[in-house]
Amino acid sequence: MLTDTLLFYFFAAVTLGGGILTVTRKSAVHSAIALIASLLGVAGLFLLQQAEFLFAVQIVLYVGGVMVLFLFVIMLVNLDQAARERQFNKQWWLALACVLAVGAEVMYFLKKGAAAFRLAPSPAAATPGGPGNTQAIADVLFSEYLLPFEVASLLLLVAVVGSVIMAKKRI
Amino acid sequence: MNFLDSIWLIPLFPLAGAVVMLLLGRKLDPQVKAGHGPAPLKAVVSLLCPGTVLTSFVLSVGAVAQLAGLPEKVHQVVQFTWLAGLPFTAQNGGMARFAADWGFLLDPLSSVMILVVTGISFVIHVYSIGYMGHEGGYYRFFGYLNLFVFFMLMLVLANNYVLMFVGWEGVGLCSYLLIGFWFHKKSAADAGKKAFIVNRIGDAGFLLGLLLMFAVFGTARFLDVNQALASGRFTEETAGFGVLSAMALLLFIGATGKSAQFPLYVWLPDAMEGPTPVSALIHAATMVTAGVYMVARSNALFRLAPETSTIVAVVGAFTAILAASIALVQNDIKRVLAYSTISQLGYMFMACGVGAYWVAIFHLYTHAFFKALLFLGSGSVIHAMSGEQDMRRMGGLKDKIPITHGTMLVGTLAIAGIPGLAGFFSKDEILWQTFSNGATAVYVVGIITAGMTAFYMWRLMAMTFYGASRADAKVAAHIHESPRVMTVPLMVLAAGSILAGWIGVPKLWSALPDAFRAFEHWLAPALGAEQAQAAAEHAAGTEWLAMGLSVAVACLGIFVAWHFYQRRPEKADAVRRAAGPVYTTLLNKWYVDEIYDFLLVNGLAKGGGSALVSFDNRVVDGGVNGAGWLTRLSSTLSIWWDTWIIDGFVRLFSFSVKLSSYPVRILQTGSVQAYALVFVLGAVMIFGYYLTR
Amino acid sequence: MLHPITTLHYLVLSAALLLIGTAGVLARRNIVIILMSIELILNAVNINLIAFSRYFHSVNGQIFAIFVITVAVAEAAVGLGILIALFRNKETVQADEIELLKW
Repeated sequence: MLTDTLLFYFFAAVTLGGGILTVTRKSAVHSAIALIASLLGVAGLFLLQQAEFLFAVQIVLYVGGVMVLFLFVIMLVNLDQAARERQFNKQWWLALACVLAVGAEVMYFLKKGAAAFRLAPSPAAATPGGPGNTQAIADVLFSEYLLPFEVASLLLLVAVVGSVIMAKKRI
Repeated sequence: MNFLDSIWLIPLFPLAGAVVMLLLGRKLDPQVKAGHGPAPLKAVVSLLCPGTVLTSFVLSVGAVAQLAGLPEKVHQVVQFTWLAGLPFTAQNGGMARFAADWGFLLDPLSSVMILVVTGISFVIHVYSIGYMGHEGGYYRFFGYLNLFVFFMLMLVLANNYVLMFVGWEGVGLCSYLLIGFWFHKKSAADAGKKAFIVNRIGDAGFLLGLLLMFAVFGTARFLDVNQALASGRFTEETAGFGVLSAMALLLFIGATGKSAQFPLYVWLPDAMEGPTPVSALIHAATMVTAGVYMVARSNALFRLAPETSTIVAVVGAFTAILAASIALVQNDIKRVLAYSTISQLGYMFMACGVGAYWVAIFHLYTHAFFKALLFLGSGSVIHAMSGEQDMRRMGGLKDKIPITHGTMLVGTLAIAGIPGLAGFFSKDEILWQTFSNGATAVYVVGIITAGMTAFYMWRLMAMTFYGASRADAKVAAHIHESPRVMTVPLMVLAAGSILAGWIGVPKLWSALPDAFRAFEHWLAPALGAEQAQAAAEHAAGTEWLAMGLSVAVACLGIFVAWHFYQRRPEKADAVRRAAGPVYTTLLNKWYVDEIYDFLLVNGLAKGGGSALVSFDNRVVDGGVNGAGWLTRLSSTLSIWWDTWIIDGFVRLFSFSVKLSSYPVRILQTGSVQAYALVFVLGAVMIFGYYLTR
Repeated sequence: MLHPITTLHYLVLSAALLLIGTAGVLARRNIVIILMSIELILNAVNINLIAFSRYFHSVNGQIFAIFVITVAVAEAAVGLGILIALFRNKETVQADEIELLKW
C-alpha cells in the first residue's frame, strides 16, 4: 500500500515535472529529453495500474519510436535560430488564464464528484501462469475489436505514406 | 296643301339650293369648264337657284293666304327644342330654363317680311343671271345668295330671339362672303371684313339684351315675352332708365349694327365693293331691314321703355340727316345710293321711335321696291358703261339706255316722295306720325332730309342720264341696253314702286275705301293700333298742311338739283368752290372713318399689338420657359435623390458590411494558436455553463 | 497525503497533465514544442483511460488506449513531415510567423 502510494507520487512528479519542463525549455532538445522523462513516468503509472502490455507499448512505441523521430526531426531542422528568439507568443497570458480557468473548473467537478471514486481499486486476481494482461487484451482485440484493429493498420499505412510525401523535397 | 304647317319648307328650298351649289357647284361653273359646253350646265345654276327662291315665294303666298283665313292671325309651329339648358330662377321669381326652339312663327308681321324677302330676292336672282353671267364663280355667287335667303327667312320666321340671332349672324356671314365676292381685290376683302366686324359690335349688344331678357322673363319666345309684358307685371318706365329700357337699348344697339345707323353705319358705303345685285338685295331691301324688323317685333318692349324709344327716334333722325348730307356730294353712283339707304333706314327708326311701328314696316316694304330698283338700275348703267361707276364720267345716257332710264326715273320719283308713288305714302306717313306724336325736332329733321333726298337723287339722275356725255370715247362706243333678263326685273320693280304704296293710303284720303288701308289693318294685331288712334286726334287740316309741306320740299329739292345740274352746270362748280371746307368735309364723309381708325383701329391694333407681343413674350414664352425650368429643377432633384438617397442606401449597406467587418476581421489572425485558444475559451464556457446549471 | 491512491488521484493527475499540454500548445511559438505538447495531452488521456479501465475492471480502456497510441504515432509522424516541409518553404519553425491566412 505504501509502496503504491510512494511510487504513484514519484511517477506523478516525474510525469508532471517532465511535462512542465517540456513546455518551458528554450532548447528543443531539452524539451524532447524532458518529454521522454514524462513518457517514462506515464509508463510507470501504467504499470502501477497493472496494464503491463501498455507499459511495454508505451516505452517501445512512444519513447523508442516517436521521441526518436522527434529528435531526428529536431536535428534535421536547424533550431538554433529559433532558440535565440522569443519563446512564448503574444497570447501566452490569455492562454495561461484560460488554462487555469479550465483547471479550476475541472478541479471543481472532480471535487464535486469525488465521492464516486473513493473506492480503491481492488487488486487484480492475477493467477500466475494464468492469462495475463496481454492475453486479456489479445483476446478482446482480435475478436471484438478486430475491425478497429484493421482500420488502425490502414491509418498507419496512410500516415506512413503521408509523412513520406510531406517530407520529400520533390514529389 | 296645308301651307301653314309646312312653313319649314319655305327656308328649306333656298338652303337646298345653297348646299347643292356648295357640293356640286364647281362642276357647274362655266369658268371652270371653259371650252367644252358649259352653257347647259350653267343653265342648271341659272334655273335651280332662282327656282328655289320662286318656290319659297309661292309657298309664302300660300301660307299667308291661309293665315288670313285664321280667326286669330297667329300660327306658331315648333319643330323641336334646340338648345336645352339648365334651369335657373328668373327675375319674375319663377323657374326658367335657357332653352331655344327651332320654331317658326307666322303672324302678320313675319308674313309681310317673307313676302318681301322672297319676292324681291327672286327678282334680283333673275337679274343676276344677266349681270353675273360672264363672271367667274357664277355658282358660288348663287350659292351664297341662296344661303343668304335661307338665313334671312330664318331670321324673320323665327319664333324666338335665339333662332332669330342665328339668322342674324347668318345674314352677316353671307354679307361678308358676298361683299368680298371678288376676294382677290384688296378693297373688297377689306370691305367684307369691315362689315363683319362692325356688325359684330352691334351683335354684342344684341346678345346682352337677349341674356338680360332671359334673366328677366325666363324665356326668349316672342309670344311668351309679349304675354309677360302685357300681363301687367311691368309698367311703363316713364320715370327713368329701368331694366326694360336697358334691354330695349341693348337690342337697339344690335339693330344699329345691322341696319347701319350711327355710329355703326360705316360698313355700308364700303359694302358697295360687292356686286350690284348684292347691294340691291342685301344692303337695300333685306338684310339692313332686319334691325327694323327686330325693333318692330319687340314693339311691346319698346312701348314700355319711352326713354329708349326716344333714343331710337333721335338716332334715326340724326343718321338720316348725316347720311343725306354726305350723299349730296358723292360722285360714285353706288355710294350715293348707299348713303340714301342709310338715310331711309333712319326714317324707319324715326317711325319706330315714336311708336308708329306699322309705318316703319310700311316704309320698309316700299323702300325695298324702289331701292332695289335704283340699285339694279345703277347696275344696268354700270354694265352699259363697261364698269364705270363715277358719275362725273357719265351723262347723256337717256336715249342710249331708255328702259334703264325710265325705270330709274320712277324709282327716283318714288324715293323723293312724289305723290302717287309708293315712297310718298310711306315717307309722308312717317313725317306725320313724328309730328303728331310731338317729336317736333325729329319732324323738322325729317323734312329737311326729305328735301335733301330729293336733291341728291335728282342730281344722280341729272349727272347720269341728262346733259352731254362726259364719257370716254372707247366706253361711249360700247354703251348698250342690258339684256331682257336684266330689264324685265327693272320693270317689275318699277311697277311695284308705283303700285305698292296704294295699300297704305292715309286716313285723310277718306274718299278712298278702307281696302286701301289694308296694310295698317293687316299689321295691327302684331304691332298694336293704339298709336294710330293717337294720330287721328289732330285736326285734319294740320295733316293736309304737313302733307303739302313734304311735297313742296320734295319738289324744291328736285328743282334745285335740276337748276344746278341741268340748266346751269357751271354754277354747281361755283357753289362747290364757295362752300370749300364744307364741301371737303362732306366729301370725306365727315371724317368718321378716319376718326374711328385713329381712335379704335390703330389704337387697338398698335396698343393691342404691343400688348399681345409682350403677352406672348412674358406670359406664353414665360410659361414655356417656366415649364423648361421646372423640368430642369425636377431633374436636379431627381439626380440628388438618386445620388444621395437611393445610392446612399446601397452605399449604406456596403458601408455597414465594411464597418462590421472590422471587428470580425480581427479574429482572422492566421495564427493557429489563436484558433486553439478560442477552442479552450469555448471549453471554459461550456464547463462554466455546466457549472452554473 | 498518505491516503490510499484512488482513481481520483489519477484523474487529477491526468487533468493536470492535460492542462500543461494545453498551455504548451497555446503559448509556445516553436512548432516542435507544440507537437510535443500534443503528445503530452494524448498521454494524459491515456492515463485517464487506464485509470478507468482499472476502476471498471474492464480491458476496454486499455484497448482504447492502444488505439490512442496508434493515432498519436501516426499524427506525430505526419506532423513532423509537415514541419519539415514547412521549414523547407518558410525557413522558420515559429508558429506565429505562419500567418498566410491573416486578413
